[in-house]
Amino acid sequence: MTGRIAVAGASMGGLRAAEQLRAAGWAGEITVFGDEPHMPYNRPPLSKEALAGETPFASLALTPRASAADVVWRLNTTVTGARLTERVLELDGGERSGYDGLVVATGTRPRRLRCAGPSGPGSGRHTVRTLDDAHGLREELIPGARVVVIGAGFIGCEVAATAAGLGVAEVTVVDPEPLPMLRPLGAPLARELLRRHELRGVRFALGRGVTGLEGARRISGVLLADGSVLPADVVVEAIGSVPGTGWLEGNGLDLSDGVLTDAHLRVVAHGEAVPEVVAVGDAARFPNARYDAVARRVEHWSIPGDTARCAARSLVAALTGAERDPAPFAPLPTFWSDQHDFRLQSFGAPGLGTADIRILDGDLTGDVVAGYHTADGRLTGVVALGGRGAAALAARHRARLLQQPALTDPAPTPATV
Amino acid sequence: MKVVVDMNKCQDHGQCVFAAPDVFQLDDAGHLVFVSEPDEALRTDVEDAADVCPLQAIRVEDTTP
Repeated sequence: MTGRIAVAGASMGGLRAAEQLRAAGWAGEITVFGDEPHMPYNRPPLSKEALAGETPFASLALTPRASAADVVWRLNTTVTGARLTERVLELDGGERSGYDGLVVATGTRPRRLRCAGPSGPGSGRHTVRTLDDAHGLREELIPGARVVVIGAGFIGCEVAATAAGLGVAEVTVVDPEPLPMLRPLGAPLARELLRRHELRGVRFALGRGVTGLEGARRISGVLLADGSVLPADVVVEAIGSVPGTGWLEGNGLDLSDGVLTDAHLRVVAHGEAVPEVVAVGDAARFPNARYDAVARRVEHWSIPGDTARCAARSLVAALTGAERDPAPFAPLPTFWSDQHDFRLQSFGAPGLGTADIRILDGDLTGDVVAGYHTADGRLTGVVALGGRGAAALAARHRARLLQQPALTDPAPTPATV
Repeated sequence: MKVVVDMNKCQDHGQCVFAAPDVFQLDDAGHLVFVSEPDEALRTDVEDAADVCPLQAIRVEDTTP
């Protein structure tokens, strides 16, 4: 078997794709291109342990499997374009690089505020996506600092908790939504999350967006939509992310939110699957047969590994003529988030079951597990909030989630309880 | 094959238990216990378990006879 597979993106998705290509039997060349100077590393600690103190790179590095030892890593190299019909990548510096198969693993970058104000090094404005971002922010989370976190999602809540734990003067989280993490958690758990954060000294300015950043060379305050100003020495923008798929433009792909794939993670051009191009991780928008036919991007840590396995099989089948796995992609998503001294642990897709949220175990102020159901009563996900015991309680519902029929299957007969 | 877990990193997430239940388990107190030299037939499961560890605390080493 000869030929060359190019992997665009050298983070977890790119690494897992390379490993899974070997596991699927690909013995040809694999080259991974990444714009960061680092080998792949684990990003969740960047808003937690790696912000809270010195964390050597070795403790964050993802160790490639032995089977991936001969993969060629081209770091500090940005893929700037692709011509899929010619099977060619364009790299920064003007180099062109041919391939037989391509894995899109370029992930996301932080979405930025669209308002004027100080920016760049020394401005006090930060995002948290890369190791270098975390190091830059860590240096400014010092006693006396007034920190404003813009965005009350996963990263915003984790950064706020870490900053509070470091003893900065004050931490305020701003979000236009009325509760933190409202979309992934739904109101009952989001309300309890707010209470726990406030109890540990984090302040919130909710239901209000940001309209401006004050200061000349350095941030001095954050202007809110209601006209109030939050004094700030450090601002962290945690308002979501933008898929890094601009380099794929001009190839007839659907790039409206990440790159659209079919149920086997093959990208779709002009309505047809392109068998020699697959996508993995945060940048892929894929249908999950476990639920329905709607393609979604899922930014959970578990997704790069799950997508890599399926995508690698699809790609190796296309390149070798081997039989393709007929089963559509159907992962059980999972996420966790450590904040202060508690953990959130999710299994399944709670976001599809916010129509009917019920407490399954425990009580809201202690260790609690909530179940998320559709309007016709189907369980789509569970989320635990509390100590480690809560996560174990949530895990007990995992088997039930795995057995649930797809949402597109006929509705079950109403339970007679 | 030898399984090495960095217990300073492990936070008892339990994802490894789903991937390789014959090798990894949580005890009654919720703490990880594991088989350090599992059968070679379990390699794929163990490698999957190492992949899904949120703390990346699991290492799979080859044992030389």
